[in-house]
Amino acid sequence: MPSMTRIYVPADSAALALDADALSAAIVAEAGRLGTPVEIVRNGSHGMHWLEPLVEVQTATGRVGYGPVTVADVPGLFAAGWIEGGSHALRIGDPLQHPFMARQTRWTFVRCGIIDPLSWDDFVAQGGGQGLARARALGATATIAAVTASGLRGRGGAGFPAGIKWRTVQETAGELKYVVCNADEGDSGTFADRMLMEGDPLALLEGMVICGLSVGARKGFIYIRSEYPRAIEVLEHALVIARAQGLLADCDIELRVGAGSYVCGEETALLESLEGKRGQVRAKPPLPAHKGLFGRPTVVNNVLTLATVPEVLVRGAEAYAALGYGRSRGTLPFQLAGNIRFGGLFEAPFGMDLGELVDQIGGGTATGRPVRAVQTGGPLGAYFPRELFDTVLDYEAFAARDGLLGHGGIVVFDDTVDMARQARFAMEFCAAESCGKCTPCRVGSVRGMEVIDKILKGHEVAANLALLEDLCNTLKLGSLCALGGFVPYPVMSAVRHFPQDFQRQ
Amino acid sequence: MPWDTQRAAAIIETHQHLDGAALPVLRALQQEFGYLPDEAVAQVAQALNLSRAEVHGVVTFYHDFRREPVGRTALKICRAEACQAMGADDLAALARQHLGIDWHGTTRDGEVTLEPMFCLGLCSVAPAAQVGERLIARADWPKLEEALHKCRR
Repeated sequence: MPSMTRIYVPADSAALALDADALSAAIVAEAGRLGTPVEIVRNGSHGMHWLEPLVEVQTATGRVGYGPVTVADVPGLFAAGWIEGGSHALRIGDPLQHPFMARQTRWTFVRCGIIDPLSWDDFVAQGGGQGLARARALGATATIAAVTASGLRGRGGAGFPAGIKWRTVQETAGELKYVVCNADEGDSGTFADRMLMEGDPLALLEGMVICGLSVGARKGFIYIRSEYPRAIEVLEHALVIARAQGLLADCDIELRVGAGSYVCGEETALLESLEGKRGQVRAKPPLPAHKGLFGRPTVVNNVLTLATVPEVLVRGAEAYAALGYGRSRGTLPFQLAGNIRFGGLFEAPFGMDLGELVDQIGGGTATGRPVRAVQTGGPLGAYFPRELFDTVLDYEAFAARDGLLGHGGIVVFDDTVDMARQARFAMEFCAAESCGKCTPCRVGSVRGMEVIDKILKGHEVAANLALLEDLCNTLKLGSLCALGGFVPYPVMSAVRHFPQDFQRQ
Repeated sequence: MPWDTQRAAAIIETHQHLDGAALPVLRALQQEFGYLPDEAVAQVAQALNLSRAEVHGVVTFYHDFRREPVGRTALKICRAEACQAMGADDLAALARQHLGIDWHGTTRDGEVTLEPMFCLGLCSVAPAAQVGERLIARADWPKLEEALHKCRR
């Protein structure tokens, strides 16, 4: 009797959206027909999305990948002897040795794609839980000192040092404190939070518990967007597993699902939403660290920030801080998106330049046309032309060029893009998602659309461009949060770097 | 399902112990009834000790909450930048033309409601769409049509 062969078929959303469920069923059916015993494991994604569904066969000499696999390929793969790692046009060898993976430096995503995300044994076998053990040994103050020393900054986009935020909450007196994980990843071009939650959710829970123990919070919330159904499902299971294993004994965690509001990714709007209210931005101060959820001291951190902490404690703050560039320490999981040949997740230390990432790693556009513009940092980030591809991937270097590194999403456009239309879309998006609190954002975004519409029609272009710039300055200076405050970045970068697109007749 | 005060009360009761229960309660009600009629606002306000204005404010703030009944299947097409870079605008135009409806519209047979959405996190395999529960990457009209067809059966 032949032994059972383990086959990995990702259940990450990107794979599911490319029919991974049907593929998994087809593999089981064909194996049954051939009398070949197989065990299917639904892992997360390694992040090579152009190869999804990327199926891996566990052979005597290690895992062998095949991708992208369709249902129609399945009989041929069995015929080619893929159970023993046989050669086939789709064979890529060991996925971790693929150049796209071999060039990465993985901290946050160290287990993603490798383990069964809902297997406690897999998690522990691959180092899960060691960060928490280290935090318990160190004690709260030394744990926070280590997080500070690592240089880890908030990965949601604002880049505030995580250790300093934690220390503020630790030092704020309060019977009740909270840890809130911001999983409202709404920026177009970003999917790292989603991949982590789907591929290694227990790492996030471990990071939240470490945070809770450090700052003295016994309750945590994950606020996740409703547009991530698979991540919600995985986290619900992961919470049951974590509770059963005692991971949440000192800090229980509750999952809350949003209701389709981009601005709820802003931390104070998120807190309002968690409290059951409209997601309207709060004025700061008071900081959430002092008066956050239900008025209690609260840490609000992004998924990646929290999920990176265990690994930082295990491998050491110094090792993390040794990576990076300038004040951006450690690694950032970059997300290659839009019109890009090799789209996916690429975790690397800060310090490469934008061109390297887009051209060398991303392979240029999917359409094969020249790259014209790249938007980094989501819908509130600037559009950069090729002339700015020497910008270093570092929070400060992007800011110095009126850009935004944000959450590390990189959206590539080819030469068919109309930048005046992209500028209009930025205003349209702001108008649709404005919480309404600040007049410049609520009204200004609508006026911005109207002004750009006039420009698109060639109506008094010079005067309307001047008006647009003036309006953008009002938005920038007169808005409480990044939605109104940053929407001038995509708009004005389009005007500045692609002026010909605005010269309409 | 038409509004049922008793059923709604049971749903509210399973969630109302939560801190800041309004969103979980409203989400659960919409899950059950498909939308949130005026009765929902009044009943939730009563149960959570909020004013009707407060609950109305919450319902109208979030894009997910609907005040009107919708089609049996939701077709959601991502309109965000990464999907735009891969032709999402053209795809949406095709969908509107084939279905004969605009954004937020429902086909005459009550089968399909077309909703815009901003980001499914499938930005590396764009354009992205969702038909009912099913996620679709590298979406084109034939793929969407096939998925809609499966929902009808």
